[in-house]
Amino acid sequence: MWKRYLIWISGFVRGNFGESFEYKREVNELIWDRIAFTLLISIGSLIFTYIVAIPLGIYSATHQYEWSDHFLTFLSFVGMSIPAFLLALSLMVFAFDIFGVPLFGLFSAYYEGAPWTFGKLNDLIKHLWIPVIVVGINGTASLMRIMRGNLLDVLGQPFVQTARAKGLKEIVVVAKHAVRIAINPLISILGMSLPGILSGSAIVSIVLGLPTVGPILLNSLLNEDIYLAGTLIMMLSLLLVIGNLIADIALAWVDPRIRYE
Amino acid sequence: MNKTQSTTDPSIETAVEIGQLSYRQLIWRRFRKNRMGVISGAVLILFYVIAIGADFFAPYHYNEIKMRLRHVPPQRLHFSFEDGFYVYGLKSVRNPESLELEFTRDMTQRHSVEFFFKDAEDKRHFFSSAGPMFLLGTDRMGRDLLSRIMYGARVSMTLGLVGVFLSIVLGSILGTISGYWGGWVDNLIQRVIEILSAFPDIPLWMALGAALPPGWSSIQIYFGITVILSIIRWGGLARQVRGKVLAYRESDFVMAARAAGAGHWHIITKHLMPGCYSHIIVIATLAIPGMILGETALSFLGLGIRPPMTSWGVLLEEAQRVTVLLHYPWLIFPAVPVLVVVIAFNFLGDALRDAADPYSD
Repeated sequence: MWKRYLIWISGFVRGNFGESFEYKREVNELIWDRIAFTLLISIGSLIFTYIVAIPLGIYSATHQYEWSDHFLTFLSFVGMSIPAFLLALSLMVFAFDIFGVPLFGLFSAYYEGAPWTFGKLNDLIKHLWIPVIVVGINGTASLMRIMRGNLLDVLGQPFVQTARAKGLKEIVVVAKHAVRIAINPLISILGMSLPGILSGSAIVSIVLGLPTVGPILLNSLLNEDIYLAGTLIMMLSLLLVIGNLIADIALAWVDPRIRYE
Repeated sequence: MNKTQSTTDPSIETAVEIGQLSYRQLIWRRFRKNRMGVISGAVLILFYVIAIGADFFAPYHYNEIKMRLRHVPPQRLHFSFEDGFYVYGLKSVRNPESLELEFTRDMTQRHSVEFFFKDAEDKRHFFSSAGPMFLLGTDRMGRDLLSRIMYGARVSMTLGLVGVFLSIVLGSILGTISGYWGGWVDNLIQRVIEILSAFPDIPLWMALGAALPPGWSSIQIYFGITVILSIIRWGGLARQVRGKVLAYRESDFVMAARAAGAGHWHIITKHLMPGCYSHIIVIATLAIPGMILGETALSFLGLGIRPPMTSWGVLLEEAQRVTVLLHYPWLIFPAVPVLVVVIAFNFLGDALRDAADPYSD
């Protein structure tokens, strides 16, 4: 057992991932475009998360204890609690009810397997928004809470009072002085939110039938296709480590006070 | 959040009185003021009571198969003063296209719903009926969905508790060791936690779930899943405990204890751990929903709890296909308790976190 693992892992480092029992093909051929789609969806949801969560968090913090803040708070709790696969499932049923088309996969039948053209790209973008939103919802909700908390902390600090005392407009105080500081921790959270997004994309893909790592991983696990499963999990972890590294570098770049000795 | 006016008599709120209250009383007093927290706590207690007493509360046994009553839609509960609660009977029509039996209401029949109903095996049920009564419909084997949800709560809701308990034990022991001794032990434990947190959890859970031997019994699978869920989640807790222990280790009262000749064990159990309790409870409460969702996701994919045992994830697995869901939309209903319980745990944890620090504002 351990010998086989050693042989496999030493091949892994050299880019030889072994052969899939199920597909009778090299693992190498099977995974790359799936990893590309996984990355596409993950990065898409990450962008969605930050674009939606930061403004909502700022709004929530500047309107603390008003009904809109309470409403957003409740919404974020629901958003944090709803499992991604349920959201995907219910969205799919709704979409089927309204549009009458199954939102299955990333491409329409016409473009499936077709070479890359602008038409196909357009089609991809049309299908992409659902998984991106579904995967992003959990992260958005918690990020919003964090942004709200951070901004509230910063707004209570003396330098904000000074800025206000100078006679600056409230919008300038918030946008230029407070948000600039409150946003820093969110960048270090970027690294922490990655596992959630990769996990979410795996399970949502299984429900929505997307050509990402998720469905093939489930399949390989059910069929005990160990080399394929091992490679996929290894790749996901590798993506995570790289993502963490990028997040750390980004943090050091945004906040010059952080330096490693 | 939810700063409501205290309902207690304002005269007891004087500084002197507060000074006389114990730590626990202060926490309780503060927690009570958080409306959402109290409601969530009550909801959770209700759910656990139903889960524990599922034998009594469920109208049927969860594996009672009625092959003639497959995919019965939910029946409306009616009330009249003469008959009390009742449901209408069922009329089956074979659909000429799909050749499936389809059920409609039979207005000529009424089955009254009895409380403290005694079934054929002489077992009491909180409510049930002599005729078919499926308030949430039935599944593809004619099993009552409501009963299955109640029995499923047993697995889904306790799995989170047991899993969190395991990770607390693991996390606080290792976290305390890590923070108290420091040095290479600390280094080692911290690196292990970092490696564990480098795995995306659902894919890893999937892999471990698939690795459970197919021959295991339901109980073994149950504990296998719990261990899998907690193995990956203890790291975060250990970190938090370590942080607390590090902060307390250098404090004066620990120094005093050491100067007085106290041993390591005494210092850890009597001086360090009590400071972490409230913190640990908060983290644990907030970790339970993650475990419940983990189990649901795993079982949903067919890698977690396996039939004949039932859990909310197992129930949702049947609703996995959109075509099934479009025909039998009531199969998605087990999602509701999942959501309610997870939201309630989140609110409860949030309220406890606010309350756990009674000396702050």
